[in-house]
Amino acid sequence: MSRRQFAAPVRTAPGPPDDTGCTILHVDMDAFYASATLLAHPHLVGTPVIIGGSGNRGVVLSATYEARRFGVTSAMPMARARRLCPSATVLPPEHEVYAAISAAVMDTFWSITPLVEPLSLDEAFLDVSGALRRLGGPASIAQLIRDTIADEQRITCSVGVAPSKYLAKIASGLAKPDGMVVVPAAEVVGFVQALPVGALWGVGERTEEALTRLGLRTVGDIAHTPVSTLVRALGDAAGHHLHDLAWGRDTRRVQPSQRERSIGSNQTFETDLDDADEIRRRILAQATRTCSRARSARMAGRTVTLTVRFSDFTTITRSKTLREPTDSTKAVYEAAVALFDGLGLQRARLRLVGVRLEKLLDSAQAPVQGLLDEPEYGWRDAERAVDRAAARFGRGAVQPASLLKTRQGASDPPRRDLS
Amino acid sequence: MKFRVERDVLAEAVSWVARGLPARPPVPVLSGILLVADAEGTVTLSAFDYEVSAKITIAADVAEPGTVLVLGRLLADISRNLPARPVDVAVDGNKVQVTCGSSRFSLLQMPADDYPTLPASPQASGSIDGQAFTHAVAQVSVAADKGDTLPILTGVRVEIDGDRMTLLATDRYRLAMRELTWNPTQSDASHVVLIPAKTLSDTARSLGAAGSVDLAVGSAAGGDGLVGFEAGSRRTTTRLLDGEYPKVSSIFPTSTDTEAVVKTADLVEAVKRVALVAERNTPVRLRFGDDQVAIEAGTGDDAQASEAVESTVTGPDIEIAFNPHYLLDGLGAVGTAYTRISFTQASRPAVLSGQESADGEADLSYRYVLMPVRFAS
Repeated sequence: MSRRQFAAPVRTAPGPPDDTGCTILHVDMDAFYASATLLAHPHLVGTPVIIGGSGNRGVVLSATYEARRFGVTSAMPMARARRLCPSATVLPPEHEVYAAISAAVMDTFWSITPLVEPLSLDEAFLDVSGALRRLGGPASIAQLIRDTIADEQRITCSVGVAPSKYLAKIASGLAKPDGMVVVPAAEVVGFVQALPVGALWGVGERTEEALTRLGLRTVGDIAHTPVSTLVRALGDAAGHHLHDLAWGRDTRRVQPSQRERSIGSNQTFETDLDDADEIRRRILAQATRTCSRARSARMAGRTVTLTVRFSDFTTITRSKTLREPTDSTKAVYEAAVALFDGLGLQRARLRLVGVRLEKLLDSAQAPVQGLLDEPEYGWRDAERAVDRAAARFGRGAVQPASLLKTRQGASDPPRRDLS
Repeated sequence: MKFRVERDVLAEAVSWVARGLPARPPVPVLSGILLVADAEGTVTLSAFDYEVSAKITIAADVAEPGTVLVLGRLLADISRNLPARPVDVAVDGNKVQVTCGSSRFSLLQMPADDYPTLPASPQASGSIDGQAFTHAVAQVSVAADKGDTLPILTGVRVEIDGDRMTLLATDRYRLAMRELTWNPTQSDASHVVLIPAKTLSDTARSLGAAGSVDLAVGSAAGGDGLVGFEAGSRRTTTRLLDGEYPKVSSIFPTSTDTEAVVKTADLVEAVKRVALVAERNTPVRLRFGDDQVAIEAGTGDDAQASEAVESTVTGPDIEIAFNPHYLLDGLGAVGTAYTRISFTQASRPAVLSGQESADGEADLSYRYVLMPVRFAS
């Protein structure tokens, strides 16, 4: 969800937009996390709803357009969002639902073209140049995608149709919510130069400040500034890059399914923790999530990284490279706990722990040096069985005993490590 | 204290004892070598690092008995570089004077009173041929764990049952076992000890040149938790590893489906060459069949290599993948012209053993069990 909104430039050309040569589509779900969560809460549709951790430490993951009108944006602290929009309903995120919808949406994309570049769970670039004969022009393909997703997933999306990636991305932002914007190839220059500089991909707050100091407010201003001036203000790469964008030049191609470089999970605690046993349990929870994600993505990693954030926000990471790639919760947990124990913390107060698996490779290609004494069915199979149970009955259907929530008022449960 | 000794005798004794000096001594006195001269004409040198003790006795003209502690590495460097003349060692105040020909060294005395008491000299439980012992230890210690995950696996398990001795080590990826005979002083000797593999192979190498090595285990070693070795005038004790060694009897395959016999040197050469393209942690793949073994490594995306070596193969063809280093360790350890490799399935351990000729009998006194590499499904 974009924090900045821009008005669409007024088209000057007559007639319907010509989509010839506009083979790049950027598809972005509208308020994805909020829309997906509301599927289970239909009575809240049309009201302000904020999705995010509900505790006092939570941050906003997404919000409905009704809530955004109050100024609520993603990544904002929940406490602030509640002050801005006291009438909003706050719902916890449901990551399984998001993952399932995202997978179905990506499947829809792949049924149209193999050239799909997912940017996150809820947006992707598509190059439809190979699908034109089969499915018609880019604009009708975009409409097909919008109809299919609305029909099958009951959520809406917006599509930008343009000759290049960054224009498609800008166009989908302008199309929101539930719309489509086509940027005809012949109108690219006029379209882009009417936009404010902040609309360009790669222009953040800092760059925008630098450009404003030069008196450059629209993309058209950038286009008519000598490259040398831009290079002096922004550096070599960024200067040339912005100048190219300002004239509608973007040669980047859609890169199908970029390989993930790491998989990880971290958790900010409700309140700071200093009890080592409790922290180890939280590490186990993160290792469990990380590895089940790695297994479902069929990835194995060789480096385990532990992130620890102290109550004063100092953050440290420690890594350990294993003898061979793994996707086993047990192996990752053991490595992460060894890293944690290696820190030698004396009841330091922690705010967050995270576990990350790096140096990923396709687990089908990951050689595994077997152990002489390994049983025919071992941990690996147990973890796979847990994954299958989770797929059928929901996450947490089977989990380490030490992660079970204790009943209120029950006396201290016996605490055991995973072993 | 004052004595005179031949340069070669001193240099050899000092350098042998100095091997046991700790690189980073936990207390300063442990970086010293203790010299004890007694009136009967012997000088005993010793070093200790709380784990391993080394002691050697040499003949010398002792003019005045006494005890002195000097910096070990310095004494080793000096004695190695002295001219070939008799060496005089004498205490002079708080210094130790080392004189040889016209060269003189004056070393600082270290506080001998602070030096810890060495474990008592062990009584031998039996003896074994030095060369056979050194070879057996080398064959087995390759399979010991070099890491720090499970300290118990960094040891060699030595089991003594009467006149049979079984050495065994494993890092859970491979297991090496060697059976040999020795001469116990008591025919009903029965012991199981776990000796740190690195210390054991160092010790075996440094004592093995002698014809016979005495071994002291159990109460004979001067207390539980120790093992003693003695060869000639050299004695050493080592602290044992403590803990329960995993049960390994079920690891040896009980049946064999395919058996191959290859010329050891040929297979070693071929695997070394092919493994050049095997990136870290990737295996070499071996296919046994049609009177040959075809060796391959590398994947389609990277460099690839292949080579074939003549081999007799009985039983069904088999394709199996191994970590090349582990395979080479095993082939290097069998120590015979031919190697017999037995398989059951590509996912189950293979067993390497030695044999003298292509159609001879396998020598099962040494077995190297190697777990293959598989690809995760």
